Amino acid sequence: MSEPADYRTLTAECEVIVCCGTGGVGKTTTAAATAMAAASMGRRAAVVTIDPAKRLADALGIGSLDNDPTVIDGPWSGTLAALMLDTKATFDDVVRRHAPTDAQAETILANRFYRNISTSLSGTQDYMAVEKLAQLHSSGDWDLVVVDTPPTRDALAFLEAPKLLTRLLDNPIYKILISPSQGVLRAVNRAATGVVRQLSRVVGAEVVDDAIEFFQAFQGMEDGFRDRADATLRLLGDDATAFVLVASPRADTLAEAQYFLRRLGKADLDAAAVIVNRVLPALSIDVARAHQISVDHPGGITRALADHAAAAAGDDERIRELLSSAPGATAVRVPLLPSDVHDVDTLRRIAELLTDG
Amino acid sequence: MEPGQFFASSRVLIVAGKGGVGKSTASAALALAAARAGLSVLLVEVAGRSATASMFGADAPGYEESTVYDEAAGGAVRARSITPDDALVEWLTNHGFSRIAKRMAKTGLLEIVATATPGIKDLLVLGRIKALEGEGVADLIIVDAPAAGHAIQFLQAPVGVRDTARTGVLHRQALEVLEMLDDPSRCRAILVSIPEETPINELIETAFAVEDEVGLALGPVVINGILPPIDGLDEPPPSGLTPAERADAVMAAGLRRDRLALQTEQLSRLETQLPLAQLRMPQLFTTEIGLAELHGLADAVERSIGDLEDWA
Repeated sequence: MSEPADYRTLTAECEVIVCCGTGGVGKTTTAAATAMAAASMGRRAAVVTIDPAKRLADALGIGSLDNDPTVIDGPWSGTLAALMLDTKATFDDVVRRHAPTDAQAETILANRFYRNISTSLSGTQDYMAVEKLAQLHSSGDWDLVVVDTPPTRDALAFLEAPKLLTRLLDNPIYKILISPSQGVLRAVNRAATGVVRQLSRVVGAEVVDDAIEFFQAFQGMEDGFRDRADATLRLLGDDATAFVLVASPRADTLAEAQYFLRRLGKADLDAAAVIVNRVLPALSIDVARAHQISVDHPGGITRALADHAAAAAGDDERIRELLSSAPGATAVRVPLLPSDVHDVDTLRRIAELLTDG
Repeated sequence: MEPGQFFASSRVLIVAGKGGVGKSTASAALALAAARAGLSVLLVEVAGRSATASMFGADAPGYEESTVYDEAAGGAVRARSITPDDALVEWLTNHGFSRIAKRMAKTGLLEIVATATPGIKDLLVLGRIKALEGEGVADLIIVDAPAAGHAIQFLQAPVGVRDTARTGVLHRQALEVLEMLDDPSRCRAILVSIPEETPINELIETAFAVEDEVGLALGPVVINGILPPIDGLDEPPPSGLTPAERADAVMAAGLRRDRLALQTEQLSRLETQLPLAQLRMPQLFTTEIGLAELHGLADAVERSIGDLEDWA
């Protein structure tokens, strides 16, 4: 097996980098620092962030939702831009683009079922993150697009995301919903119409009416959405796209990271890099020696030493276990920094730590 | 306040927090502390991959209850899981929709329903918990809420469904769950965070949103991963160490000092900005959390409860 490409090479050569992982592990920071590293190499890099911590967003100059990249000035030879994903606005744009007429677009945008899809359906944020990524990539304005993924319960929602709408449209119930009157012709449809009636009793007739109106308004647009979904999935599977798994040494987040790796593997995708943030600096001595020192010389400073040694050893063991599950990935350990990352200088420091190996 | 009195003040505690803050650990420690106070506790896992049972040394629980801890004095912890899909099928069956339940599972109709009424799955999990509460299956039900991106998503579900499905049996279910959430003697939320800047910011935002938007009363917040303060970090390293060992000790002490300073700053900020009692759980310097560690955390929970004023 060839040596995995190091993170500097990935940052220099990839066209798309997808940062995945659970919440609270510094995913947004890693995504922003990666784009910054690429800009420092002279590339035109854009980062799509999702719900960044406020001070980081302020530092990047993207304090509010904006669907177009904001260029960030700084001491890099390339271009760095960031945007904070506006899920609803992105979805509205997609509908307008695919709708044959303005009137059809407006019917959909005003529909309550559509509003649920575009604001609160689980997976929508991922869908629009991938959509935005595909838009920026195909615009030709950027050499590298880095995307942060939403914190979700479903580890790889963004891989399923492009199919979010087409999956609904492929549902056999859909055909019955859009033509309820034809349902009487066949026994299976008759039963399904019964289900629709029962459904009205469960969720209320309005909800069912909204759904039917939505699906009717959507007629004629299915193929456009299917083609788009296929194209974005191809982009995610492309050789110029890298998946980067971001983790922290906490036991629970490393367990989640293992789960991510298995899910990626199942989708025939590999993590190109595993980045572990907030790693305690290694000591020159082992846990036993640190413990012995704290027993021989009781005091605050030796207790800190023993605690540190025990915590670092536990972290190291778990990190090794994670990395052994991803032998094809390059591994980067980013040391614990004294404070949260919320200014451009600290981001630059992280960009250096990521790419200077 | 006595732990027994504290844990008897609500029949359901929903332990919520963003991923990575030790929500499952907090749920398990609270359950153990309540059992030690003599209560029969049902610990409910919603996440599906949560690790609360393994901390008690038990297998991951199924849809059926299993006892994971027995206290000599009479308290016990039983654990079970509730998955949204199970809850939906069970709920439909109990409400006379067994035919639609089977069909939903088969045809993917569930996806359309879930799209039409966001939050339906979380609502039905809460509905199942409300049913358990009504049946009086335990003195206290502790719910390890799903690790959503935002803790509030799960708790907001009933409000969302009430407003989306404006008629029908689902609407009534939402109203029934909201009735439980609105009554502090039946249900409170316990929010979990860690003493770092971003998690504390999110804790404060979530706390206000839970009270304002959900109408759910908050119990004390759990602050997990508290670094125990140490004196003497500024003293010189002991003589008799090698230069490398001295350098290690100075580095470890310096890092500890910095982190303690940050922690103090965040905790005092939390006290000013969020007027809620705090239960503090120490950071553990071990790899795995087992029953012994859990007892240590339950000790810390009891000490924190001991410092609380009566609120009832």
